[in-house]
Amino acid sequence: MTTLLEQPKTEPMRPAAQAPSRTNRVLSDDGVPALLVDHVTKQFVVGGRRKRKQVMAVNDVTIRIRRGEIYGVLGANGSGKSTLIRLVSTLLTLDTGRVEVFGHDIERDEMAVKRVINRVSVDAAFFKKLSPFENLAYAARLYGMEPKAARAEAISILARLGIGEKRLSRPLEQMSRGMQQKVAIARALLTSPTLLLLDEPTTGLDPRSKLDVQTFIEELRDTHDATIVLTTHDLAEADRLCDRIGIINDGRIVVEDTPEALRAKVAEERGLEPTMESVFMTYTGRSLDDDLGDNEDKDDED
Amino acid sequence: MALMTRELKASFAFVERNFNLTKRYWGWEVAFLVYAVAGALAVSLIGAGQGDTRLLMTLVIGAVFWNYLSVVFSFIAETVSWERWEGTLEYTFMAPVRRYAQMLGSTVYAVAFGFVHTVVVLVVLALFFELDLSGANFVTAAVFMVLGSVSFIGIGIMTAILPLMYVERGAQMTFVLQSVLLLISGVYYSVDVLPGWMQVLSNFSPATYVLHGVRAALIDGQGTVSLLGDVWPLLLMGIVFIPLGLWAFGRAERYAKRTGKLKRVG
Repeated sequence: MTTLLEQPKTEPMRPAAQAPSRTNRVLSDDGVPALLVDHVTKQFVVGGRRKRKQVMAVNDVTIRIRRGEIYGVLGANGSGKSTLIRLVSTLLTLDTGRVEVFGHDIERDEMAVKRVINRVSVDAAFFKKLSPFENLAYAARLYGMEPKAARAEAISILARLGIGEKRLSRPLEQMSRGMQQKVAIARALLTSPTLLLLDEPTTGLDPRSKLDVQTFIEELRDTHDATIVLTTHDLAEADRLCDRIGIINDGRIVVEDTPEALRAKVAEERGLEPTMESVFMTYTGRSLDDDLGDNEDKDDED
Repeated sequence: MALMTRELKASFAFVERNFNLTKRYWGWEVAFLVYAVAGALAVSLIGAGQGDTRLLMTLVIGAVFWNYLSVVFSFIAETVSWERWEGTLEYTFMAPVRRYAQMLGSTVYAVAFGFVHTVVVLVVLALFFELDLSGANFVTAAVFMVLGSVSFIGIGIMTAILPLMYVERGAQMTFVLQSVLLLISGVYYSVDVLPGWMQVLSNFSPATYVLHGVRAALIDGQGTVSLLGDVWPLLLMGIVFIPLGLWAFGRAERYAKRTGKLKRVG
């Protein structure tokens, strides 16, 4: 079994151009990106029979993410963040464009892509009557892992997230939302994904749980060879964790750079305070408070 | 070979998961079993009240074997509904598992669960009515159960498409389809009493042939050879329905991914 501590089962790195990350890790830019989203478009038909209309959820998005990078996607509710994550997760088909994960086309080589990705979404979706162990054993078998090995790995991951072994045999419905989200993170990491898609993993968590999760993501960033795509409404979280951030508005990536460069850009060009809030307001045309005040359900339409 | 082994292992994930769910929902399982036993007894008592042994056996067999077929059908047809309700549908669909492996796992557990459920109901009814099954041909009854299971699995897979395509109405449609099968298959009466157009429909329900065959085997002791007229439609349905169901499921999954209907609702 490959763990996150080991090298992923992907192509060996070739000597190539290298770029330092904000934590001075060396990110490989060897021509085979961890994730390539190339001119991708996705639209949905929404509304009833009388008021049917087409909504462009993702509009000609192009992103190239290097291996080992943490790439943040920020945007208002309904801006297209979750649709983008679902497209990469093979849960939606592309209207146009292409997506490659470590060189595998998600349409032509779907199974190969599925083996190297995993996802944590905002809602910790489990069989709530089952225990964490039973849920994790199910996930492990789906990915071809032996439950015994999965159990040991799960104990190790959850211990680092502050959940002891004795709590893992009780039904998940008896756990707090924060603990359920940590089990969701353990489920995703259990399969040793080389591309981890974190779709608002800390939304709705109490400050302590949020900190636990953020610290764990930092640990992953510093010690494991995993590429992470993170969507979040927490600007401080994005600033703290991400090597680069792309801001998506009405389905389009409107700006993309390192957090430092984005802050500097709004200070220089607009004379605003060099904060992530200024960046968010500038490129989405709204404040974070406006965004958080939106109906939560709208995010489901992302 | 390696692919086959991997998919078989993945299939077991669904068997183990469903077993764990049964274990955790044991209170509900007991409640449903009590309801199934009570329902079968209530219907069969009509035959006992008439003092007609043949009618009693007809009703007992109808109640017991409809229970089996409906358990198998529900388990498979509601595979998608359950996961949609729990919110795990997207996680299952993004796992590297082929759909036939998923259906195989769900099916194996459904048949095993349905068998245990039905044996309990049958034993209670046999003891309650002191049924004389000395002249019964159990081998033929078993053949019809196996053939009927295959056909019902095929219909179940096709029906599981509905909740995939229609988020809420799909589960309702599944329920309606099951009710129609109950009505047209001669579960508690001969299909001859149905209106002509319903008799035509009954020809397309595998339950019609299963119930006719099992009754002939258990009441009259007939062998499989003398019931070939019921065997070949079941064989044909099994051969056609399962591949057709898997093909249709694949198309429905593609549709759900195109329209965004895998997303959690409920």
